[in-house]
Amino acid sequence: MPVDMLLARYGDLAFDSALAVYVLAMLLHAAEFSLGRRLAPLAAPAPVGVLVGAGAPATVPAVPHPDAPAVPPLAHPDPPAVPSGRPPAERAGRMAVALTVLGVLLNAGSLALRGLAAHRPPWGNMYEFSGAICLVAVVAWLVVLYRHTRSGRAAVLRRLGLYVLLPVVVLMLLAGTVLYVPAAPVMPALQSYWLAIHVSAASVASGILLVAGVSSTLFVLRSSGRLARLPSADALDRVAYRATTLAFPVWTFAIMTGAIWAESAWGKYWGWDPKETTALIAWVAYAAYLHARATAGWRGRPAAVINVIGFAVMLFNLFFINFVTTGLHSYAGVG
Amino acid sequence: MLAYLRNSWRGLTSMRTALVLLFLLALAALPGALLPQYPLNASKVADYKTAHGLWGTLLDKLGFFNVFAAPWFAAIYLLLSVSLIGCVVPRSVDHLRALRSEPVPTPRNLSRLPHHASSVVDVPVDGVLATARARLRGWRTRVREEPGGVATVSAEKGFLHEAGNLAFHVSLIGLLVGIALGKLFGYEGQVIVLADGSQFCNSGILGYDSFTAGLKVDGTDLAPFCLKVDSFAAHYLPSGESSSFAAQLGYQTGTVESGPWTPYTLEVNHPLRVEGDRVYLLGHGYAPKFTVTFPDGAQRVGLVQWRAVDGNTLLSEGAVKIDPPGVTSEAVRRRSQLAITGLFAPTSSGGALVTSIYPAPDNPEVAVDVYRGDLGLDSGRPQSIFSIDQGLVDSGRLVRVARQNLRPGQQLRLDDGTTVRFDGAEQWVSLQVSHDPAQTSVLVFAVLALVGLVCSLTVKRRRFWLRVSPRDGTGSVVEVGGLARTDQAGYGEEFTRLCRDLIGLQARKEVEHAG
Ligand code: HEM
Repeated sequence: MPVDMLLARYGDLAFDSALAVYVLAMLLHAAEFSLGRRLAPLAAPAPVGVLVGAGAPATVPAVPHPDAPAVPPLAHPDPPAVPSGRPPAERAGRMAVALTVLGVLLNAGSLALRGLAAHRPPWGNMYEFSGAICLVAVVAWLVVLYRHTRSGRAAVLRRLGLYVLLPVVVLMLLAGTVLYVPAAPVMPALQSYWLAIHVSAASVASGILLVAGVSSTLFVLRSSGRLARLPSADALDRVAYRATTLAFPVWTFAIMTGAIWAESAWGKYWGWDPKETTALIAWVAYAAYLHARATAGWRGRPAAVINVIGFAVMLFNLFFINFVTTGLHSYAGVG
Repeated sequence: MLAYLRNSWRGLTSMRTALVLLFLLALAALPGALLPQYPLNASKVADYKTAHGLWGTLLDKLGFFNVFAAPWFAAIYLLLSVSLIGCVVPRSVDHLRALRSEPVPTPRNLSRLPHHASSVVDVPVDGVLATARARLRGWRTRVREEPGGVATVSAEKGFLHEAGNLAFHVSLIGLLVGIALGKLFGYEGQVIVLADGSQFCNSGILGYDSFTAGLKVDGTDLAPFCLKVDSFAAHYLPSGESSSFAAQLGYQTGTVESGPWTPYTLEVNHPLRVEGDRVYLLGHGYAPKFTVTFPDGAQRVGLVQWRAVDGNTLLSEGAVKIDPPGVTSEAVRRRSQLAITGLFAPTSSGGALVTSIYPAPDNPEVAVDVYRGDLGLDSGRPQSIFSIDQGLVDSGRLVRVARQNLRPGQQLRLDDGTTVRFDGAEQWVSLQVSHDPAQTSVLVFAVLALVGLVCSLTVKRRRFWLRVSPRDGTGSVVEVGGLARTDQAGYGEEFTRLCRDLIGLQARKEVEHAG
């Protein structure tokens, strides 16, 4: 079936608009961040439940105590009463989130149009794959934010937005320029339903791990006393851990389906192709992270550092491995 | 001595060691991704070595160009496997014991626990116990009595966490064993077959162009089957990129080489699975066909695969080597052997210099050099099938006698009246036959590992205790406490819900009045 060039054009347009909107959202987050600095109390300390007492102190230590409860039980604070006269930082932050939602819609729209134009899943090359990862990352970020909104802790956490959007914007910028390819059918090796399964699992895992990686990076900075305006180290650690435990099985699944696909496409389920190898290295790094979380003395900073390394390997696998060597992965032909 | 052994064993199976080994594994695999590797691309390794001189030689000596077969890599994963077994076996025993033992008694002071609450309710002790039993359905519970009419409930949940974790780690061991078995008993062979009805039988190593086998394979009893490649078709995009390939095959199984051929369309992503082996379509190319007519009227047909020099346009190079017919004298033969070498363009640009502009056989043309003399075929030196021995040309034993471009049907004439006609080109396919008896078990263990992992990461092992003491005849004091054995994240919400259901809103008000 021929590629529908008009749909493809709209898809590219949506991609560029998503990028522009993300950049705007990022700028607003930056404004929130710098305005927020001067406002003394970042957030009211969460009220501790009257009936059910929390064992941990209300002020959270820089390095999370392993037994600290995740949520102060029964601590449902009243919704912040800020109907009018919101401080500028708050207003900028809310606008940033609204724009992020718009960006997500455009991002999803661009993928959908690509898929419709080329009659296949819209992750058949590096350009589309990067767009999909960004979409997942921003959706994951909005989910985190939403869950914190429900428990009344969104205001501080929202400042993470700047740092989540930064890599997303860089990624999309790279995708839209260096990695851009026009809509086209994929080559024979990619014509398989495993493309839909394996690559979508890989992008879901990568997107969620991006949020984890950003949180862990900030955790490392935060726990060394910098960036005091950020959410507490404890909150960052929790976001990183939750995201990693969610993404790790998905990543495992992605590697497994990759192996199943390789068995029918390349003649063996594991061939130490560079991309495959690097995916396994990242997997091992995340396994090490989960181990570190369960090993006395490795819980806080060392674990976070391992998570950052894991994410660095993922990024390396996404881009640079394609330039270093050419393996069997058809993605390797960049551009 | 014993103590030393025990200590090393304990060290090896500790979490910290596992962590370090995992880290080492990741680090050791890195050169495998970054440096060219022999099994993937030996010529790239050679290029790298020449480009890096001494450094390249050193890396080669240390096994950096074949990382996944290097002893230091094996050492790491063996240590990790031992550590894994040493870790998982005692934990499984512990887990089985824990499954059979009762929930631990309620601690004296529940307010010391990370999650705790207390309240006064209007319900007698029995009523609270009944509610608790109903609410804690699905938990392992044990009710105990304490002096003074006090009752306690100990409850535990989430054994699936540990079970999943163990299943995951045990499956990893199974996975490693499966991989090792596959390496020992598996084989893999490549062969090029012309797509003109030519046949190939999996009867021995010699039938293959290249063959790699596990230690336990001597090639004497390969799975018996034969293939016949009837045709091959590829489709290309206007850019020259291929959009599909398919080879029409027939296959026969069993040792009897007769009977009907079962048809099969072999495509990328759709290997032929036969007799426990898999047959893959790896590549394709062209085999130009030449008919040589000697002055005495005798004919020889040359049809040999040529290899692509440009993957995009399938411009191909190769050599067709021909022995003159009816020559008995060795000396005469050495003077009159023929070789047709050159370039083949499936879609020729039409210029004087033959180049290909498209990979489909739309406008084929060859540019050939014909050599006559001694091909050196019986010199004992192995020769590439794609070229002639340049040394023989340099020494004058092989002389170029013609150079011409030919389209299908055209021919050239040599000085002795011999003609060489270009008949067009057949296509060839390169097939791979793979055998891995353990790969199903690898898949099963991988799936089990994933299931275990999901259980382990989503289920939390948690404990809940409740103590009710009678108060004022009809009411009671309820204290509850909770502890999650693994990461705390998430237990807070559940504990809150438990409290709400067990102590109730009514109780909450009462306490707030009191406060
Ligand atoms: C091939 C090497 C290994 C890999 C890939 C691996 C992977 C993992 C992963 C992904 C987890 C987290 C998921 C879960 O909780 O089930 C985990 C947990 C765990 N692993 Fe391993 N592991 C390996 C070797 C070992 C070894 C050698 C030990 C023994 C020292 C070990 C002990 C544990 C323990 C105790 C946990 C549970 C941590 C907790 O309670 O959260 N693992 N492992």
